[in-house]
Amino acid sequence: MRGNPESHEFIGFNSLPAVLAQLSAAPGQWTPIAGGTELMVAHAAGRLNAPRLINLWGLPELDFIRVTDNSISIGGGVTFANIRRHAAIAEDFPLLSKAASWIGSVANQSRATIAGNIVNGSPAADAPPALLAYDAEIELISEHGTRRIPYADFHLGYKRSVLQPDELVLALHLPRRFLNHRQYLRKVGTRKAMAITKVALAATATIKENLITEIRLAAASVANRPARLCATEAVLFGQPLNAATKQAASKALLAEVSPIDDIRSTAEYRKQVAANLLDEFLDQLAQEGSAA
Amino acid sequence: MSLIEFIVNGQRTQVEAPPMKRLLDVLREDLGLTGAKEGCGEGECGSCSVRMNGELVNSCLVPILQANGAHIQTVEGLAIDAELHPLQKAFLECGGAQCGICTPGMLMAATHLLAHNPHPTLDEIREGLAGNLCRCTGFIKIFDSVIAAAAMGGNHPHAR
Repeated sequence: MRGNPESHEFIGFNSLPAVLAQLSAAPGQWTPIAGGTELMVAHAAGRLNAPRLINLWGLPELDFIRVTDNSISIGGGVTFANIRRHAAIAEDFPLLSKAASWIGSVANQSRATIAGNIVNGSPAADAPPALLAYDAEIELISEHGTRRIPYADFHLGYKRSVLQPDELVLALHLPRRFLNHRQYLRKVGTRKAMAITKVALAATATIKENLITEIRLAAASVANRPARLCATEAVLFGQPLNAATKQAASKALLAEVSPIDDIRSTAEYRKQVAANLLDEFLDQLAQEGSAA
Repeated sequence: MSLIEFIVNGQRTQVEAPPMKRLLDVLREDLGLTGAKEGCGEGECGSCSVRMNGELVNSCLVPILQANGAHIQTVEGLAIDAELHPLQKAFLECGGAQCGICTPGMLMAATHLLAHNPHPTLDEIREGLAGNLCRCTGFIKIFDSVIAAAAMGGNHPHAR
């Protein structure tokens, strides 16, 4: 059944404070919409359960990339096209640039926003593993002010997060301290473009005299939310990078992930591929080291 | 209903429409611009591709309220009077169009690509058109068409 545009109210304001006031006046009543790459698909199929929508597309307060000595902040309304084109992001956070480059197609990247990719809450989303591997913080805003938390604490479960009905994602903050890290991101999907992830792994690490001195691992489609793999990290941290460590890490990863069987893949395949990706990353780290 | 004012293929245009009406439907039903086609209706196939403020978008995923004040370019805006755009000529000459359903979207995606990258490599062409599906040509003739258009200066001023 096709969606009927006349069955939705859709309003817009010129400024973020006006939008926040509207959200605050009737929390949960309004569904924010930015690039529409998720909600308009549901609308076309007649399953958009959002009688009242409020526009975020084009709000200048959400559309900024700010570079300081210590961090890069990306406004929630920044599109993946603009993330991909940004030279400083490409240099400091190449995994995020890479993820941006394989989200949908050119026509999706021009509309899809980083906040949309996060709040949609899909465990398969492309940007979250990179954000987790970079220790990103997320800043939320409501009429009552802002709060800033580790992005790793944002998702609570399948399509559940700490975001309150009157809040929006103001920005993601990425600390600029990964230049010396070996960085890795690989997505396994059905085809190169327009494919939803079967499994993806992002990693950042440093190695000194064959000891792993820093390690962050995050994955897509291995749990009910984008997942940082802390137990696997713990097995690797401070250890020499040898066959025994690799084996222990693989075992830890297989115990830590809990993927599902669905239309795109099976739990068994996802587990095996996640372990293979970790293996590939650790081989690169062993052979090429990190810059630190 | 919302009053939408925007610029379509260089023409100042006004329509009154429900704000959630898709840009694709406004172009086709309200403005009679039937070049953009509905294939999948969910942003997968690219047959409804148009340019909005210089970005390539799937017009099936744009609620018309978000196009208020925007510059829209559709396939109808490619030819100048009777003079075909180099990409259109190349698609004709190289067999880049068969049944024609995907062609307007392919032309817009290719226009967008050449506007940013006048001499793309084959890999860049494949990536630039990756969101546009064709079920006739097998894509090779389409890639050939884009290469041919680039060689004849496909990035002509009107394409920007």
